Amino acid sequence: MNSRVQTVDEGRPDHQTVPASSLPSTLLVAQSRPRTRWNLLLAPTVGIILLLIWEGVAQSGWYASFIVPSPVRVANRWWALAADGSLLRHTAVTLREVLTGMMVGVLAAFWLGYAIAKSRTAAYALTPYLVALQAVPIVAIAPLLIIWFGAGIASKVIICALIVFFPMLVNTVIGIRGIPPELRDLMRSLEANPFQTFWHLELPAAMPVVIGGLKVSATLSVIGAVVGEFVSASAGLGYLVNFGRGTYDTPLVIAAVFTLTALAMTLYGLAAWLEHILLDWHKAIQN
Amino acid sequence: MSDQTILAAEQISHLYPDGIHALDNVTLRLACESFVCLVGPSGCGKSTLLRILAGLLPPGAGHVLLDEQPITQPQRRIGIVFQKANLLPWRTVYGNLSLPLELAGMPVAERDERTLAMLNLINLEEFADTYPASLSGGMAQRIAIGRALIHDPQVLLLDEPFGALDALTREQMSEELLRIWARHRKTVLMVTHSIPEAVLLADRVLVMSPRPGRIVADVEIPLSRPRSLDLLHRPDFVALTERLRHSIRTAH
Ligand SMILES: Nc1ncnc2c1ncn2[C@@H]1O[C@H](COP(=O)(O)OP(=O)(O)OP(=O)(O)O)[C@@H](O)[C@H]1O
Ligand SMILES: [Mg+2]
Repeated sequence: MNSRVQTVDEGRPDHQTVPASSLPSTLLVAQSRPRTRWNLLLAPTVGIILLLIWEGVAQSGWYASFIVPSPVRVANRWWALAADGSLLRHTAVTLREVLTGMMVGVLAAFWLGYAIAKSRTAAYALTPYLVALQAVPIVAIAPLLIIWFGAGIASKVIICALIVFFPMLVNTVIGIRGIPPELRDLMRSLEANPFQTFWHLELPAAMPVVIGGLKVSATLSVIGAVVGEFVSASAGLGYLVNFGRGTYDTPLVIAAVFTLTALAMTLYGLAAWLEHILLDWHKAIQN
Repeated sequence: MSDQTILAAEQISHLYPDGIHALDNVTLRLACESFVCLVGPSGCGKSTLLRILAGLLPPGAGHVLLDEQPITQPQRRIGIVFQKANLLPWRTVYGNLSLPLELAGMPVAERDERTLAMLNLINLEEFADTYPASLSGGMAQRIAIGRALIHDPQVLLLDEPFGALDALTREQMSEELLRIWARHRKTVLMVTHSIPEAVLLADRVLVMSPRPGRIVADVEIPLSRPRSLDLLHRPDFVALTERLRHSIRTAH
């Protein structure tokens, strides 16, 4: 439909409401000139240079090998983890916490945000508490949540849900409140019932900001799961990091961190892909 | 044209909450299948009146009668086109046109048939799958008019539908509206700022005073139909525009 294909689209900064922890990969790159083949080689080159520096530092003998393990040792550790199936097992645990937490947090935030956007009463009654909730440092209450909900998945899901809740809520409120009153008049003049108004107007109108919130939530939720696993857990990538730290297995720590990063980026990429397929119409506006 | 009244406003006054007195005792009757234009200075309450007639805004005083029944909320039987095209940006041209039918729960086959017929009527078949963001203003307004007509309302209210268009497109759109109206004979009330446009389109032109808006003149346009843009240069047309201009100038 739209012939001008954009790279994975971030939306314009003024349109995204909570860009703080989203990955502004394309925002940083001016989009006016097309990427040439040489430009595409730049990032991998930087990566290789960084790896070489790391290898150089590791081999220099300045630091003990358990403080700065070489990239090769990290890679070997990663392979060993992958080969005996434990990497997959731990990743699956974290992924389940992250996704369940996101689902709970995003859904709760959407409906609450919807209520706040539509009802003044709800807005006045709830806003102070929601802001206070946002101000609570998650890391500080994580131990409490573990005491209350146990060391299993439930406590991590709650932490993930709490961490994605606020940005999602803010985005939903902005999305629903931003619907032009004339479009509401249109729906009213066509005698749309409340469900039809939601389905044909409010949901699609709020979708760009909601998906923006989803992208932010994807990376935040991974942080939430790691926080929970740090406090108390028997499996998960965050648990691996913690375990490796305790046994001075730095290659394990680094291998787990890389896996976590890859996980967060994949989830973000999925959200961006969702945006790409669901919001065809929106890209046309932004161009 | 029958003389039977379909939509009537009885002694409508409206005061906005911030104290702005928008309408003062407005009474009007729209005869079945007539084309009536409403002109008046900016800010005199034309849009307010239209929103009240559409049931979108409850009047401070007075009432609106559709087929002699008072209305208190929006009705499908009254279609409205706003100054902005107000298309849903996530729906294609086709999707925007079929929206009223979908909301009314019409079966898909019938919906398709009607939407295609409307696309044909407004000459936008090749744009069926285009999103509104890549349409011109005139195209968007044509879709807005098509959307207001597609579920076959009895009354069509148009609030400066061509206000945002350039003069040339505007003339073409008036002619197109005449053509569409000839096919879908409806009762139309259209707000416009253009005197020639009002004379070209209307059977009757109502003139409103500055705020608080009242109807201060009611001018018959006795030109025969079908009409076209060629009229614009005929002496009787020019004389009518002059007469209308005069009654607007002396309207207080
Ligand atoms: N929602 C509102 N709340 C308060 N005042 C309003 C509102 N809508 C319109 N008004 C005021 O009422 C008066 C009439 O407005 P209205 O939009 O009906 O005028 P109009 O004749 O359509 O003007 P224009 O030709 O510029 O479109 C204006 O002074 C306007 O400022
Ligand atoms: Mg107006």
